[in-house]
Amino acid sequence: MKDLGRIGFSEDQATLLEVATDLCQRRAPVATVRRLMEDELGHDPAVWTELGDLGWLGVAIPEAYGGSGLGLAEVVPLVEQMGRRLMAGPFVSTTLAAQALITGGTEDQKRETLPRIAAGEAATLALAELDTDWELDAIGCTATRRPDGRLALSGRKILVTDAAEARRILVSVRLDGAPALVLLTPEDLPSGALRRETVIDETRRSFALALDGIVLDADRLLDPDRVGVALEHIHLAANLLAAADMVGGTQACIDYTLDYLRTRTQFGKVIGAYQALKHPMVDAYTRYEQARSHLYSAAHCFNEQGTGEIAVRMAKAAADVAYSFAADRSIQFHGGFGFTWDCDAQLYRRRAIWHAAQFGDAAFHRKKLARLLF
Amino acid sequence: MSTVDPKDLAAFAEQADAWFAQNVVRDPGFMLPLTFMEVGTDTQFHFLRDWQNKVWEAGYLGAAWPKAYGGGGLPQAFQNAATRAMRKHHGPIMLNAIGLNWAGPLILEMGSEAQKAAYLKGILSAEDIWCQGFSEPGHGSDLGSAQTRAVRNGDHYVVNGSKIWTTLGRYAGYMILLARTDPSTERKYDGLSFFLMPMKAPGIETVPIRKLTGEHGFTQTFFTDARAPADGLVGPEGGGWKVAMRTLEYERGARGGQAGGYVSVGSNAFDVFDLAQRTTRGGRPVLEDPLVADEMVGFLMEIQALTLNGQRTQVPELVADRPQGIPLASKLMGTEMSRRLNDFAVRLTGARGAYYVDEPEAADNGLWARNYLNSFSATIGGGTSQIQANIVGEHVLGLPKS
Repeated sequence: MKDLGRIGFSEDQATLLEVATDLCQRRAPVATVRRLMEDELGHDPAVWTELGDLGWLGVAIPEAYGGSGLGLAEVVPLVEQMGRRLMAGPFVSTTLAAQALITGGTEDQKRETLPRIAAGEAATLALAELDTDWELDAIGCTATRRPDGRLALSGRKILVTDAAEARRILVSVRLDGAPALVLLTPEDLPSGALRRETVIDETRRSFALALDGIVLDADRLLDPDRVGVALEHIHLAANLLAAADMVGGTQACIDYTLDYLRTRTQFGKVIGAYQALKHPMVDAYTRYEQARSHLYSAAHCFNEQGTGEIAVRMAKAAADVAYSFAADRSIQFHGGFGFTWDCDAQLYRRRAIWHAAQFGDAAFHRKKLARLLF
Repeated sequence: MSTVDPKDLAAFAEQADAWFAQNVVRDPGFMLPLTFMEVGTDTQFHFLRDWQNKVWEAGYLGAAWPKAYGGGGLPQAFQNAATRAMRKHHGPIMLNAIGLNWAGPLILEMGSEAQKAAYLKGILSAEDIWCQGFSEPGHGSDLGSAQTRAVRNGDHYVVNGSKIWTTLGRYAGYMILLARTDPSTERKYDGLSFFLMPMKAPGIETVPIRKLTGEHGFTQTFFTDARAPADGLVGPEGGGWKVAMRTLEYERGARGGQAGGYVSVGSNAFDVFDLAQRTTRGGRPVLEDPLVADEMVGFLMEIQALTLNGQRTQVPELVADRPQGIPLASKLMGTEMSRRLNDFAVRLTGARGAYYVDEPEAADNGLWARNYLNSFSATIGGGTSQIQANIVGEHVLGLPKS
């Protein structure tokens, strides 16, 4: 049997977990979360500045490029606590864009862009398309070389998170028949290129991006020799951070449901005393603990060849099952209130569905695991 | 002994590894029980008792118990290293499970000096086999309603009643016994007392119970004016419920201090994975079936999660919100997974899943079906899964009592 991973926890992780637990609780009470859902930007710029000042955006950026030189393992506790509070903002989009550049960017691109990201500039990735699945190298959009050496883009990307405020957008295209990544700035986009999408998780800002009419200098191409590695890295990093957000959300969702079961009375009894409610909550809880163990194993082993991929896929698959179950039951166990907008259970359920739809759901990752393990 | 010299530990681990490599007998010529609850024949019993004694004499059992009581007086890390070596070389189980894992640590924690001196060494050496008298025919999970009576008479108590599911009952020299010393208390729990009870005494009869597997292993124990010495009380008279609850914490692994080794070698997901890899259906490897493959991956994820859970409890920052959560839920998670896993294993074997032990054509001599049926001993014994869910729901999640 292959090495499936193990738990390890660094002092930096411990410190960041403690700081993030406190900050996210203070900055993202649910009333704020709900207010920002109605806001066009979708998050609080003052909090974004605070995260930048704290150095969170540079946690996994090498010191040479203005970061603190830690890794994604140290980002995981931050995202876990953000997910726990349903906190909004372009933190994960930006972190993943930075990871794409670190892995696949040219030296010039890294020097130019990573310090800006570390200092608080938002960035994102445009990878998904309507007709493709979760395989990031299945790309329909194209870049074509023009006679003057510039690149003309064509096609449409979907589910580009935080694109309206991103100062850099990394786009996957097909160039000369092979996958390629190009770096866009907002100035490259023709007017109307971005359309805000209506998505199930209303804490998010997501956009469709029309590439037709965009023309770029060839130096916007990321390192052609590193594209495959970069796409693979993005896929795993995205799933690791999704699992972190989901595990945090699962914990909060369980706590939220327990509060109700401890106070709501029916037929003269606090309803949490009924085993029909109590025992499924125990199921939700044990799934949560298992998902969290997978998460911190994946964080610790992320950079290990082979084991990292296994651990990340297990983490995402376990988190999907745990979050979906906990949030589904949360709606049900709140009874009539659970059917209303005001009950927070729907917020968790919607976020779980969002994450299942991004970068592969539990069944997708289990299928990948079968190929890795058998 | 709180500090461990890594060099000493490494040397000890190396010695243990070599010792088990040399001394483990994997095939004694008869089927070895996979758990201490399956010891059904005298041949099995004597083999396992000798094995435990040998391991203890070599210093690889009770290594962390005090020297004065037959232990090795070493830090726990040494015993853990010995247990790992035992597992690596597939050593047979430790027979005296109830003594090693729950009666022993309980006596160490709450017993009198005289009790420690009298019982602990015999537990380690397997000279004294221990059994447990908690459940009664009318009261399985509801221990607080125990009716077996113990009436004080001078320097002893006179015991009448019956206990059931007594594992190793016919071999046991001692029993940890929960009996009612006062039937008139307002709270039923306050009338219970906890005894270290000699089994080889007049008035005690053990009757074998046949299990769903067709094998033996348990007894029902009948007490007719049997004598329990008063100096065998653990805790005060009427204080037995607290002692029993503490015993259950040891039994469920929610509290450390066990003598070491393991008392079951129930198949795990990796064994079932091995089975899946060598099983074909319709002439093709069964794992080529995507539905079977998906289920197999699910089990591998689950067993990995349980392993990781154990590792995570060693990191206080990662269990800060509910420090007792994983320990209190581990029995529920582990035993339920094992039951489902063995059911999956039976289904993997296809048509031959219809066979049972001793059928020459059965896959692995019918091991999987027997494992599956036996797996209920763990989901029912020591508090059923449904009771465990109540415990987790109430003590971990803070829900009101059912």
